Amino acid sequence: MITVQADDLVRILPQAILAGFAILVMVFEPFLPAARKTLLGWFSLFGVVAAGAATIRTSFSPGLAFGNSISADRFSLFFICLFLLVAALTLLGSFHSLERENINHGEFYALLLMATVGMCFMAASTELIMIFLGLEISSLATYVLAGFKRQDALSNEASLKYFLLGSFATAFFLYGIAVVYGLTGTTNLLVLSAQLGRSGEFRPGAVFAWVALLLMFVGLAFKVSTVPFHVWTPDVYQGAPAPVTAFLSVGPKAAAFAVLLRIFLGAFASAGSGVFWVFWASAILTMCLGNLAALLQSNVKRLLAYSAIAHAGYVLVGIAAGRGEGTAPVLFYLTVYALMNVGAFLLVAHLAGTGERWTRIEDFTGLGYQRPAVAACLAAFMLSLAGFPTTAGFFAKFYIFRAAVHSGLIGLTIVAVLTSVVSVYYYFRLIVVMYMREGKAEAASASLPWALRVALAISVVGIFYLGLYPTDFLLLTNLAAVPLP
Amino acid sequence: MFGSYLPILVHFVVVVVVAGAIMGLSAWVGVKRPSREKLSPYECGITPVGDARGRFSISFYLVGMLFILFDVEIAFLFPWAVVYRSLGWFGFIEMFLYIVILLAGYLYIWKKGALDWTR
Amino acid sequence: MAPLFYIFAVLAILAALSVVLQRTPVYSALSLIVVLCSLAVVYLLLGAEFLAVIQVIIYAGAIMVLFVLVIMLLNARQETPSDRSRLARWLGAPLLLVFLGELLFAVWERFPAATTRAAALPDAGPRAVGALLFRSYVLPFEVTSILILVAVLGAVVLAKKRL
Repeated sequence: MITVQADDLVRILPQAILAGFAILVMVFEPFLPAARKTLLGWFSLFGVVAAGAATIRTSFSPGLAFGNSISADRFSLFFICLFLLVAALTLLGSFHSLERENINHGEFYALLLMATVGMCFMAASTELIMIFLGLEISSLATYVLAGFKRQDALSNEASLKYFLLGSFATAFFLYGIAVVYGLTGTTNLLVLSAQLGRSGEFRPGAVFAWVALLLMFVGLAFKVSTVPFHVWTPDVYQGAPAPVTAFLSVGPKAAAFAVLLRIFLGAFASAGSGVFWVFWASAILTMCLGNLAALLQSNVKRLLAYSAIAHAGYVLVGIAAGRGEGTAPVLFYLTVYALMNVGAFLLVAHLAGTGERWTRIEDFTGLGYQRPAVAACLAAFMLSLAGFPTTAGFFAKFYIFRAAVHSGLIGLTIVAVLTSVVSVYYYFRLIVVMYMREGKAEAASASLPWALRVALAISVVGIFYLGLYPTDFLLLTNLAAVPLP
Repeated sequence: MFGSYLPILVHFVVVVVVAGAIMGLSAWVGVKRPSREKLSPYECGITPVGDARGRFSISFYLVGMLFILFDVEIAFLFPWAVVYRSLGWFGFIEMFLYIVILLAGYLYIWKKGALDWTR
Repeated sequence: MAPLFYIFAVLAILAALSVVLQRTPVYSALSLIVVLCSLAVVYLLLGAEFLAVIQVIIYAGAIMVLFVLVIMLLNARQETPSDRSRLARWLGAPLLLVFLGELLFAVWERFPAATTRAAALPDAGPRAVGALLFRSYVLPFEVTSILILVAVLGAVVLAKKRL
């Protein structure tokens, strides 16, 4: 019989605190007058900070909880901190944007916190059922968030599209879990890992084992939007309200990568070469298609969406590099990617003005002369996304490529390098438009609200800090990468 | 194990037989003199207006969805009620927490006026 | 038990065919209720009492209500035959056969003879489910409440007239 000990509770403290704040936000929502809803946003931000403090407490008593279904190890705490950072940046960037779009409702903050809870559970669980619940919580919350501009047809379309394809994908994942259970009689990754370690492969029916792994891969590949499961990405990123897009492009993606790492490099690491080829192929497809399609975009939001697809490809290269080499670079990459992508989306969304009207590349013409600081900020994000030296994006890519070369993936590395050269073209297109063309930028709306300034400052400082002094953080990711699964 | 389901099976059979008998008998014995009035749909004695398949308000849908959600909640109470005694205080506390969390949801719905037909 | 199984299995298949072939959405929905209830009986015969009850309460009860509400909301009338795509015709039937073959193969592989019939069915009554759910799976159970809250918020955000 399982009884719940105090340690069990400490090990899910961050999730519990976040969930508590989410529930409070939800309950307070109807009691606040429409003009004061931003208070709930600040309250949510306080909740995120409190959860961050709780991770420190949790880190003092690491270990398994709730009958081996939660693992409060360095790996999961790393991801929880990453999710909290993303949630905090999104919150800071959302206050003004929600007011401007006239959708400042408390439900937004409650759903955002709950999505974060789900993501934290995804990263921290060693039990497939818990992972599925976390996936479902974060997915449901983000489906609704994508449609939060209820009067806007594009937002509605985004929500519906994301929901239909997403629930299909989660069904795939669930089917995979069911097959795993049918084969082995367990859904616990630790037990699975021990069973596989002994026998080396699934005993009864190896075909079905492959079916299970592929099904789970498809379910997660949808969330990280790898080719060919990416088709929803541009439309959803374009239609969803801007802070939601910033959150979507980073949060659920990183959570799904955490699960991919735990399942494929952790529990099923002994499944070996077959899994490797799946990652290899989808990495190549994702990098090529993401970068080439981004070349053709004229809408900045869509351009960033395809760039997000391409970046998922680079992370897959890291996973293909394998357990010993790839995990730490993947963690590094995901952090850097979170900083630069959230920053870029928030800034673009703010510049786009009310109703997000000005999102074409030409709308940014001459921004460098009208708003030098803002343009410099956007340029920094673009440089980092392109992987330019002195920005964090450079080291993120460098570590991934190095890991790939160490694992002998020369072909994959060549494709990765070539495609990132291609990517420079479309990132620089925006910079060129901002600085080297005369014109009056449409997208130069009102001054930046200070909450957004704080969020951007954190991202920019983070990018340059990690770009100039990457070693400390690399050590940290190395520590976090050790205890898998 | 299945013995306890025998009454339900018997019940099913009785339902089918009785319902079939009522409909069959009235079809067989009854006198049929159809007229236009008699064949028109019955709406509480009022002359039918328009088509029954009109478009319904989304409020029905909202209430329907909320019904499902709390129905799912109730579904968890069944197995809990069966093992409640052997779980002791542990079981009481876990279900208490669960209900309190969902009560917060109920409070939200209520104050929000989602169950209020006029809003 | 075998005759009961065959009766309800055949009923489920016939009703499922009716779901697909009916042109009026409400008829399809009503046929679906028959499918779901027949499946509940099959679950019961397999010893999954709890699942059978849930099947009737949640699926045949609550979810069907939602189906019917959506049909009314969309004001869906008789389906007009669309110009059937060639792809569906040429790809659909072979894929169906492949899937059927796969299923038969799986069943054949795993259950070579009819010996499994008498094998002890695992106890899946509410008592067993409860003992497992409220002891070993406390955390998933509690987290489910958060999932339901997300759904509550989602229902209100998406379907309420004024927020």
